[in-house]
Amino acid sequence: MKQPSLPIRLLKGFAMFWWDFLVGDTPEIFVAVVLIIGVVSLVSVSGHAHSAGAAVLTVLAVLALGASVWRANRAVKK
Amino acid sequence: MLGVTVSSGVFVLVGAVFLACAVEMVEALTIVLAVGHTRGWRSATEGTIVALVALAALVAAFGPALVSVPLNVLRLIVGGVLLIFGMQWLRKSILRSSGLKAKHDEDEIYKETVAELSAAPTSTGRDRLAFVMAFKGVFLEGLEVVITVLTLGTSAHRLGLAVVTAGVAIVAVGVVGIIVAQQLSSVPENAMKMAVGILLVSYGTFWTGEGLKVHWPGGDTMLPGLVGIYVVITFLYVTWLRSSNPRQISEVSV
Repeated sequence: MKQPSLPIRLLKGFAMFWWDFLVGDTPEIFVAVVLIIGVVSLVSVSGHAHSAGAAVLTVLAVLALGASVWRANRAVKK
Repeated sequence: MLGVTVSSGVFVLVGAVFLACAVEMVEALTIVLAVGHTRGWRSATEGTIVALVALAALVAAFGPALVSVPLNVLRLIVGGVLLIFGMQWLRKSILRSSGLKAKHDEDEIYKETVAELSAAPTSTGRDRLAFVMAFKGVFLEGLEVVITVLTLGTSAHRLGLAVVTAGVAIVAVGVVGIIVAQQLSSVPENAMKMAVGILLVSYGTFWTGEGLKVHWPGGDTMLPGLVGIYVVITFLYVTWLRSSNPRQISEVSV
């Protein structure tokens, strides 16, 4: 089978690096951060006090970390 | 007041960059030392130099480009990346501290790398395997350093300070590593990783908020406040995991 050209291999390697870096074995963290950004954007856009956005952002980040830790704990127990 | 604000932000920036770079340098140096001791220093050195040149080219290419991105967009992207990266680090540290994951052991990694390299056939002249191992080790760990320095430095408008701090951390670990050779396991890497995780998540939360134009009570002084919040949360999660897995903890600590 013909090997892909160097630019294709470099591009593939670059994409794989970012996939491993951002998603890797903790896809729940990636999804959580995307959701957090979406929710806080909505809070900001809807005209609520911007300080509410700060509280929502921090609480959601703490909960996301907890959810990921809980998932790992559950996997260990299985 | 301004002095207090600037110094607290700078303190967190310097701490985050220094610890992150020191940890990555320990990991890269472990691989290079293992390659050098097992397969000879020529190819190990060449692999290291080529990786450093490639990293410098990346910084030269992406550094100026990042500075030209609108600040709010940059802070949102940087905040999101740091939040993901920091949570991954902090999650691992919490699992290690609570005994659910084996601690990072540089001695073990050194032995495994030496065993892998010793098993491979040697060649005269340029050793391709040694070159590739050293290159990969330095390039991949260095890429994390580059991302940390560029993202933290540009979003805080203190890229120069971030670069200098990274340089100091890399030189400090390099000198210590070379002097003590294989004693890198004596570096308190797991504790440093937890501190880095807390600092990255704090920065990630702060910059994500800035990018989304949320109002932080107290402005920049909230950054150390976020560090405090995540220290407490980390302690609570570790305590919770330890209490919910007493059997695993006792097995690990034996």
